[in-house]
Amino acid sequence: MAANGPTRIEIAPVTRIEGHAKITVRLDEEGRPADARLHLTQLRGFEKFCEGRPFYELPFIMQRICGICPVSHALASAKACDGILAVTIPEEGARLRKLANLAQVIQSHSLSIFYLSAPDLLLGMDAEPATRSLFGVAAADPQLARDGVLLRKLGQQVIALLAHTGKRVHPGWIVPGGVATPLTEKAREEILALQPEALAAIERSLAWLKRIMERFGPEIRAFANFPTLFMGIVGPNGELEYSNGWVRVVDATGKIVADRLDPARSPEYLSEAAEPWTYMKFPRFRKADGAEASSGGTPDGIVRVGPLARLNIVDQVDTPLAAQEWSEFRALERGVVLSSFHYHYARMIEVLHAIEKIGAMLTQPALDKRVQAKAEPNRNEGIGLAEAPRGMLIHHYKIDDQGLVIWVNLTIATGFNNWAINRGLLQAAKSFITGPEISDGTLNRLEAVVRAFDPCLSCASHAIGQMPMRVQLLGPDGMVIHEARRE
Amino acid sequence: MATERRVKTLIIDGRDVAGREDQTILEAAREHGIWIPTLCHLEGLTNVGACRLCLVEVKGMGKLLSACTTTIWEGMEVTTHSERLHRYRRSIIELFLAERNHICAVCVANRRCQLQALALELGVDHVRYPYLYPRFGIDATHDLFVLDHNRCILCTRCIRACSEIEGANTLGMMRRGIHNRVITDLNQPWGESPTCTSCGKCVNVCPVGAISQKGLSVIEGRKEHKFLPYLTMMRGARP
Repeated sequence: MAANGPTRIEIAPVTRIEGHAKITVRLDEEGRPADARLHLTQLRGFEKFCEGRPFYELPFIMQRICGICPVSHALASAKACDGILAVTIPEEGARLRKLANLAQVIQSHSLSIFYLSAPDLLLGMDAEPATRSLFGVAAADPQLARDGVLLRKLGQQVIALLAHTGKRVHPGWIVPGGVATPLTEKAREEILALQPEALAAIERSLAWLKRIMERFGPEIRAFANFPTLFMGIVGPNGELEYSNGWVRVVDATGKIVADRLDPARSPEYLSEAAEPWTYMKFPRFRKADGAEASSGGTPDGIVRVGPLARLNIVDQVDTPLAAQEWSEFRALERGVVLSSFHYHYARMIEVLHAIEKIGAMLTQPALDKRVQAKAEPNRNEGIGLAEAPRGMLIHHYKIDDQGLVIWVNLTIATGFNNWAINRGLLQAAKSFITGPEISDGTLNRLEAVVRAFDPCLSCASHAIGQMPMRVQLLGPDGMVIHEARRE
Repeated sequence: MATERRVKTLIIDGRDVAGREDQTILEAAREHGIWIPTLCHLEGLTNVGACRLCLVEVKGMGKLLSACTTTIWEGMEVTTHSERLHRYRRSIIELFLAERNHICAVCVANRRCQLQALALELGVDHVRYPYLYPRFGIDATHDLFVLDHNRCILCTRCIRACSEIEGANTLGMMRRGIHNRVITDLNQPWGESPTCTSCGKCVNVCPVGAISQKGLSVIEGRKEHKFLPYLTMMRGARP
């Protein structure tokens, strides 16, 4: 950390979030934090420049929104295209899509846990900034870093083995009507061979997280720890599911507010708002009567999505080891788990589940070569919904009679969490900002609130560019009192 | 009814080679395993020298000649590869890439695209010219095929296949220069064309992703070029 004049702190290395953001904290007359905001300052424009393209290209264009969760964008997009084709996709096609999405959950979560957040968790929020990176983790706990690299690699490898393109990051392969090619026996065997090592790695890591969690009492209490609704998809038996299912919403006591909602009718129960100070939208949930559902304590209709939400809404987790961990997780608090700090914990459990689930899904050799339903467009509109690693993701397209796209709307997981992130920042600011100077540890804690959600701001804002992060402390008149910046 | 043709001898890249007097430099070179890059040339179609990638140096000539349209002569000395030619060919590829919207990652022809393959072959790792990003439309009115002008390099292979092989003369060209565009009939929507036989030859001969089968996604585009010489032979157009 190098001081650069009295009001500006510059910190290297590059901050550990996926996106371009600025945080402002506004103080009241007494100098206490009155409001805190996360600003997304740039726009991507996918919704606009896809207009005019053939709809069946969109799964390929849309997955370029993100290099971390391309499979989820491809999946949501392909499902929107399935809607346009009005087909039921072959069972094997659906299964392979699901496998790819699980693999991506593993790699994306591993990135968040080990590369972005482990430095805070292992070395502490107040550790020397220069050491707060994967390299710092590797120096302090080589096994943890190795496990992180291994798990991320596993997720990427599974995607590459499934896809005929052999690509890890933007695999293509997920197409309207299913997937482009069936699973080969060789790929199945190779994926299964990766299992034991991966299971051992995540179990070690999970044990580590549970050991260190008690050190973070203040953070658990102050990191977006408040009542909201939780939303996501669940499988037919209420189990943890990422690809095909119904939308469920529970409130802050764990009571089901809405269940078995049809993903294809999501505009009926979701609304979106925009604010002038950020490019990220504010989607909310509303009930069948149009009223925004109350979560008790926060403005109506505010939801959280993602790992924490998923583990809060499901009735069961359908793999043995993860099920056991899930029971422990749910015992953390009565009803549902409200602290967003526990996104980290939830993420680990989801990685464990995904590894187990992939193994279970591949025990039988794949024989069915029918993986893609082919059809011409039979509708002018389609909605696709999938669980991205960060939560519910919706692609909504309209086409003309020639199959060219005329309208696109994307509702991104991080957008759903937007309100909670902003509110969580204020909560943390109130807990940790005690004077006009922001210490590095405080700056890092504010960032860590954002990081706990693992937001993908480039997905959510459609922002272009490199990602510096600024934290500004504003006086009641809006003047900048203090600014901390990372380039 | 083969007429007798004389054999000419010439030098290509320092090698003595022989060819029939009606052969082009390109044909003579290829027969002897000498590679010259091409895009608008396709065996089975007439040559038009549109893309200029096959430009070669001929000793004693002040200008560069296109190998696909220049017939050989006795004692000709041809250089197909030199620093200057390589530079020009790279520039041509870069200009193709800059002129319209060639986004390989989301293109149906990805990995099967001749423009992409040549860019790789010639080491085009960046484009020095500003991209024009034109907003050309897509003609998706045909039941089976899609014509995406954004990806067209104006090689006219589709037009020649439509005219010379299928005999439908559906495809043509309108306007000049940078406004040049492939059209169907008198610039009508393809789906309303009374002349198109939906034979799909244009799809198969397109070297890039400009004309493709509807509904096919990235990488899925298949091209089949080998049928053209066969069709030409069976129809007796050439000996």
